[in-house]
Amino acid sequence: MGIRFVLMVNKQGQTRLAQYYEWLTLEERRALEGEIVRKCLARAEQQCSFVEHRNYKIVYRRYASLFFLVGVDNDENELAILEFIHLLVETMDRHFGNVCELDIMFHLEKAHFMLEEMVMNGCIVETSKSSILTPVQLMDKTS
Amino acid sequence: MAMHGMRGLSVFISDIRNCSNKEQERLRVDKELGNIRTRFKNEKGLTPYEKKKYVWKMLYVHMLGYDVDFGHMEAVSLISAPKYPEKQVGYIVTSCLLNENHDFLRLAINTVRNDIIGRNETFQCLALTMVGNIGGREFAESLAPDVQKLLLSSSCRPLVRKKAALCLLRLYRKNPDVVNVDGWADRMAQLLDERDLGVLTSSMSLFVALVSNNHEAYWTCLPKCVKILERLARNQDVPQEYTYYGIPSPWLQVKTMRALQYFPTIEDPNTRRVLFEVLQRILMGTDVVKNVNKNNASHAVLFEALALVMHLDAEKEMMSQCVALLGKFIAVREPNIRYLGLENMTRMLMVTDVQDIIKRYQAQIIASLKDPDISIRRRALDLLYGMCDVSNAKDIVEELLQYLSTADFAMREELSLKAAILAEKFAPDLSWYVNVILQLIDKAGDFISDDIWFRVVQFVTNNEDLQPYAAAKAREYLDKPAVHETMVKVSAYILGEFGHLLARRPGCSPKEIFNVIHEKHPTVSTSTIPILLSAYAKILMHTHPPDPELRNQIWAIFNKYESCIDVEIQQRAAEYFAMSRKGDALMDILAEMPKFPERQSALIKKAEDAEIDAAEQSAIKLRAQQQMSNALVVTNQSPANETPPPPVNQLGLVKMPSISSNLDHSSADQTLSVANGTLTTVDPQPPSADLLADILGPLAIEGPPGAAVQSEHNVVSEMEGVPNVADGAAIVPVGEETNSLQPIGNIAERFHALCLKDSGVLYEDPYIQIGIKAEWRAHHGRLVLFLGNKNTSPLVSVQALILPPAHLKVELSLVPETIPPRAQVQCPLEVVNLRPSRDVAVLDFSYKFGTNMVNVKLRLPAVLNKFLQPIPVSAEEFFPQWRSLSGPPLKLQEVVRGVRPLPLLEMANQLNCCRLMICPGLDPNPNNLVASTTFYSESTRAMLCLVRIETDPADRTQLRVTIASGDPTLTFELKEFIKEQLIDIPVAPHGPGPATPLTPAPTPAAAPPASLAVQPTAANDPGALLAGLL
Repeated sequence: MGIRFVLMVNKQGQTRLAQYYEWLTLEERRALEGEIVRKCLARAEQQCSFVEHRNYKIVYRRYASLFFLVGVDNDENELAILEFIHLLVETMDRHFGNVCELDIMFHLEKAHFMLEEMVMNGCIVETSKSSILTPVQLMDKTS
Repeated sequence: MAMHGMRGLSVFISDIRNCSNKEQERLRVDKELGNIRTRFKNEKGLTPYEKKKYVWKMLYVHMLGYDVDFGHMEAVSLISAPKYPEKQVGYIVTSCLLNENHDFLRLAINTVRNDIIGRNETFQCLALTMVGNIGGREFAESLAPDVQKLLLSSSCRPLVRKKAALCLLRLYRKNPDVVNVDGWADRMAQLLDERDLGVLTSSMSLFVALVSNNHEAYWTCLPKCVKILERLARNQDVPQEYTYYGIPSPWLQVKTMRALQYFPTIEDPNTRRVLFEVLQRILMGTDVVKNVNKNNASHAVLFEALALVMHLDAEKEMMSQCVALLGKFIAVREPNIRYLGLENMTRMLMVTDVQDIIKRYQAQIIASLKDPDISIRRRALDLLYGMCDVSNAKDIVEELLQYLSTADFAMREELSLKAAILAEKFAPDLSWYVNVILQLIDKAGDFISDDIWFRVVQFVTNNEDLQPYAAAKAREYLDKPAVHETMVKVSAYILGEFGHLLARRPGCSPKEIFNVIHEKHPTVSTSTIPILLSAYAKILMHTHPPDPELRNQIWAIFNKYESCIDVEIQQRAAEYFAMSRKGDALMDILAEMPKFPERQSALIKKAEDAEIDAAEQSAIKLRAQQQMSNALVVTNQSPANETPPPPVNQLGLVKMPSISSNLDHSSADQTLSVANGTLTTVDPQPPSADLLADILGPLAIEGPPGAAVQSEHNVVSEMEGVPNVADGAAIVPVGEETNSLQPIGNIAERFHALCLKDSGVLYEDPYIQIGIKAEWRAHHGRLVLFLGNKNTSPLVSVQALILPPAHLKVELSLVPETIPPRAQVQCPLEVVNLRPSRDVAVLDFSYKFGTNMVNVKLRLPAVLNKFLQPIPVSAEEFFPQWRSLSGPPLKLQEVVRGVRPLPLLEMANQLNCCRLMICPGLDPNPNNLVASTTFYSESTRAMLCLVRIETDPADRTQLRVTIASGDPTLTFELKEFIKEQLIDIPVAPHGPGPATPLTPAPTPAAAPPASLAVQPTAANDPGALLAGLL
């Protein structure tokens, strides 16, 4: 089914955004986030971007203080997901202009909308930045 | 920005951010939740804006990992807000907070449908997205046709259609029986002609789901996929917005190639030629470039192309081109490419016969085993394991052994298991094999399962040449100061049996061997002592001429253990002592163990399973799935092979009376049945449906037995759409005249719903409503019955009796004789669970209203799963436990057929609802579920139960269940319970469902009588249900 979850976590391990595409109980999510954040944050810069954890593969990428972690099935195309993370960041960048952790933190709703325009039910819906941002702009207009 | 519109939210987020520790954060969150809760309580004063703000705060708190167990209603209600900002928040927050089984979701179904069929396309998008993320069965039933229409509509804009595609995908995946995809091949082909790349991207995901299920139906789509790939690869008609660092949508390229891998082959020569041209271009034309993003994107496409080429079994030239590329990749510095090179080389091994070419890279791969990055080391290990054969086994296994000493903890288990398997599979000679295993035990004893050392013993016993060598080796290891307990076991066994072969060597006299073994004695656990005792007995027997000093020493030990609390040890000590006094007779009794019959290694068997798992992950899913289904069928036919030999028996020197435990257990069963009186003997064999009815029979509610006790019998009738008739008959009016009193709602359904949750309505008729609320702690339960008089006149002659089964102690407090008008009385009920059983307590309830005497017998939801406490179990805890419970009666296995086909996730949900905790990741096979739980009763105390369910993706109607626990009755009861859950699924598997689902609509003939016609609606209306909740 592709993408199982998207997490944004800062260096201190604080979650800035979490979106799951399969239902996990709160306890399961807490445990899972704790484990993978510990695993991924401990890794060195020159190590690869993939971490195997339980029956997930975590594809992750770091931007300044923020880690983007995407949990996928074992047979997902890892590099495609890695660049999908970058596409997400570029999209947020286009909207916020020089996006940083605080933008995501204080505009949680927009980050959610953007992600929702890009991923649905664990599958990629859209990769064109302007199409992704159209509804977000609509929200800006109406509120 | 928009956020200044929600200042309160910003302030809250800043506050949280400024918290210096977790405790402060928790306090701040609690305060906020308290505030929101109060505001929601007097909801009238809330503006939509405020509601929106609070709902966002809830989502934020939820994201931080705190439980937000209220306000769901408010989130859902925003969906019906007329304005876009509120509606949007409602949709997004709802899909984050709720799951498909949530009752509130049903409240929104009409609004969602109106949004989907409405004219406002932004609303359409929101609704489709939510349904696409969390839509369950009801959504599939009411929305699938609308969504299909949108997807295919020519008047609909791409932004709506792309969402419709993925929404449909969800509905189809979750409920393949509801969403009809017959004849979709043509529509799919039409969709694949789409020009808009957004629609095409999501349609491709839908296509992958369809084609993975049934590629036969979609042959006509194959050339379309090739065409899309060609269009992208040649960069024809790809808008700038869809190129990523100059590469036409790498994601769509990848997805398209993935779809093509579901077709076993491509027959049409023209299509094949075009595809190979494209693939060739990708293979040859992907250069390493400076820009990281471009490089990654192009390599994402390249790796997918490699996978497709492997799958299509291209001609040799192209294959070796692939291997050469991979060989290049595994040597590059870029860690991602190196990782993927190793991963894909492993896949390549499984697909085609290219092992010889891959062997050329062995040195490079072994170097990767020492990479600082564990992800890469794991891939290297997998690849080495896969490429190992007779020719290179020695090198590879020795590398693995060497690496074992320095390997990190996380990898040791896998590493040692793999080394053990390879050693056994490809051993050039047996002494090498014994040597490797002893080294493994020495270096990583914790990870060497009993299977492995049993196997060594079998080989040594069966091969005389090997015996002196093994004995000498064992003797050597025991000289080490610190020895793993497994090493003590295997050495003691081998020295006891074959130590006398070393007699002439220095340091190997019986006495010396005894001493070296006995030195370890203070450090070992009770599981090892029996083996030591046997070894001592054997040493004694082999001592010629007899050594009185040694004999007295050993006798003293036997004497000491004759009063051991462990029966196994006590018995061995007593018997060996008695026998060894008989002198020469000992020789016959303690003669050398006979050769073991040839049997397949449990380890190799495990390895074969593991290989199937690995293959399943590879790109060649179809092939792997066929393997999977074959594997399941084979094991079905001979389930007896599956059970590993009971360890102590197998290795015992004399026949060990472990049968006695069996006897104990069966007599326990008998006492149980006698005590119960009405029960027929509990048969450890799976009972037939009839037996089940027998057991439940005496407790059944008056009326048709099959109707009241919802067993296999009446599922059929319920499925035919007459849910209420049978249950109506369960009410037996005691009064002379038959009155027309009918219960409201379906009693059986209510019972089943209550089996899975702890509060709700147990029974309702026009006069009374009986609610129930329960709390469970270990083997105790406290239920409160809420008897509510719905009328303006009193209910009199109220009587409640509990008919408890033998395994439950139930005490009901006094029930008042009269319930005043419009009043509710509470009657607490204490339950103690004495032992495992699936029997059900019955509440015999009667009252009088006017001249009507009403009597009902209701099953109480004090069922087996209420005494379960889900418990997470790690691999380190699970496997030793699983192995130690090695066969019947503690571990039972059964192939269950006629299972209601459920997606795995839903089955997992269902088990979770029954308080069995799914432990993801323990079983490497993604088609299997492993769960654990603790069962509480007075006789068993807290007892860990382990469950494994192996499903067959090719045939969802059958599966194999294995249950293990420390109590035979519990194992049996739990197995039957789980079977009931999977086969005999109540009409509503999750909570109080509507009475309609399985068939689309009841046929007119089977429709319930008019007076009942309102009831399904009542059950359908979540509002009414909620009102009924306590």
